[in-house]
Order: sequence, then C-alpha cells, then structure tokens
Amino acid sequence: MRPVAISADAPQTSHDLARKAGYSFLILSDPQAETIRHYDLLHAKAGVSGADIARPAEFLLDGNGTIRWVNLTENYWVRARVEQILSQAKALR
Amino acid sequence: MLHPLLLASSPQGKYHPSNLALYEIAGMGATMSASKFNGPAWAGFLLSVFAFISYPFIFARFPLTRDFPWANIILFVGAGTLLFLGVRRAFRPEGTVRARIFASVLGAAGLAVAVFFVFAIFIFARELPASVHAPRVGDQAPDFALSDVNGKSIYLAEIRTAPIQGKTPKGVLLIFYRGYW
Repeated sequence: MRPVAISADAPQTSHDLARKAGYSFLILSDPQAETIRHYDLLHAKAGVSGADIARPAEFLLDGNGTIRWVNLTENYWVRARVEQILSQAKALR
Repeated sequence: MLHPLLLASSPQGKYHPSNLALYEIAGMGATMSASKFNGPAWAGFLLSVFAFISYPFIFARFPLTRDFPWANIILFVGAGTLLFLGVRRAFRPEGTVRARIFASVLGAAGLAVAVFFVFAIFIFARELPASVHAPRVGDQAPDFALSDVNGKSIYLAEIRTAPIQGKTPKGVLLIFYRGYW
C-alpha cells in the first residue's frame, strides 16, 4: 500500500516538513485547494490568516482506484488509527 | 508608641507619607505571618495550565489519550482539588483579604483554563465541514494532478500504478491533512 499525504501547504513547506520529520512517503501540495474542493473536504478559512485548508480525511483505494474505506473524522484531533488502516489494507488482498 | 494602624487612621497622620510607610510595613507583617506563600493554589493553577498544554504536546500523540482526553481530565481534577484546597486555606479566619483575593484569582484562572480546554477539544475541534459530497466507498476516486515536494506534478493514476519494489501497489491511502496553519 502506498500512503500519500495531501494538504494545502506549498511544496516548499511540505519539503521542509518531510526533511525535518524524515518522511519518505509522497507528500502532495494543493495550494489552491482544487482537489480538496473536488473531494468536498474544504474547510474554508480555517488555516492561518484565513487560508482555505483541508479537513482531515483518509481514503483507502484498491488497485483499480476504487474507494474501499473512508474516514471522515468529526474532531480534528482524532485521526484514523494505524491498526485500523492496516486491517483495512489487509482486506484489499 | 502608637500602633501604626491607629496612627494611619488618625486625622493628623492619615496622609503623612511616613505613616503610610509604617502602615504598609504593618500590613506586610500580617500577610507574612497569616498566609505566606499559598502552595496549593499555585500548584493547582500551574497543574491546570499543564493539563491544557500537555494535550497538544504529549497526549494527542497517543491514540489512547488522544481520542478521549482521559489523562488531561484526570490532571484537571487534580488541579481543581489543589485550587479548592488553596482557596479554602486563604479563607481560614487568619487569612488576609489580599491572600483571599489572590487565591480566588488563581482559582478562577485555573477554572478558566479548564473551561477553555473543554471548548477547544469538544467544541472548536468539531467545527468541521460535513463533507456530504465527499467520495464514498465503492466510488472511483476522482483523479487529480498535484505537485510533490519538489514541485513536480503527478497524477493519481501514476501514483496507483507506479511500482513499489517492482510490484504494483495493492492500494493507495490518501491522507488529507490540515498542514501548517
């Protein structure tokens, strides 16, 4: 399974984050929040100085690109747990 | 010699600077002997502040203490107990007005921190869009092209099919996050 992180941050911000935190997975930037909006995940004006950002959400896609599992948290502190995601990922096989 | 309190309240001595100074010294003496440093009130207030800031910095890192802030609530209960003891101590008969006001202010501030925590975690953090039109299970994930950290554009279709160690990935996990804000 390939994890991909997506935010409204600029590539440079994500670059710094990846370097500092030592992340090697794919991090994508959506500064205009186009994809975020297309996925209906826009949290308007919730960012610093009122920028549009994404609400937290996780989607698990199978090999054909079909969505197999979705997690739309109700509280931004609470995200999907690793074991939750791994058990869903195992079900893909 | 006349007691400073009497001197200060006497018509002639009331506004005389030297008498005011004596009055203050007498007042300080009373504060020192009756209440001194209110340890429980201070500890309660500081614990309340710690109970708040430990959530983002410590307990939000672990799912067990993140999904429901048990640890922070226990800390707040401890802080509340200490603040109660501190305020009660200041309100003993020998406590000064100054000590009572001070303990009450610490108590109110500690309580305000706890109330703000409840708002921040249980109310503000839940103010998220409903996302009713977000893609659902069974849908084809809408394709997109986004920049990676080097500014190179990549399509979801490529992400899905680009091999990992020579094999096509069994799946892709899209994680949308808030980013630096």
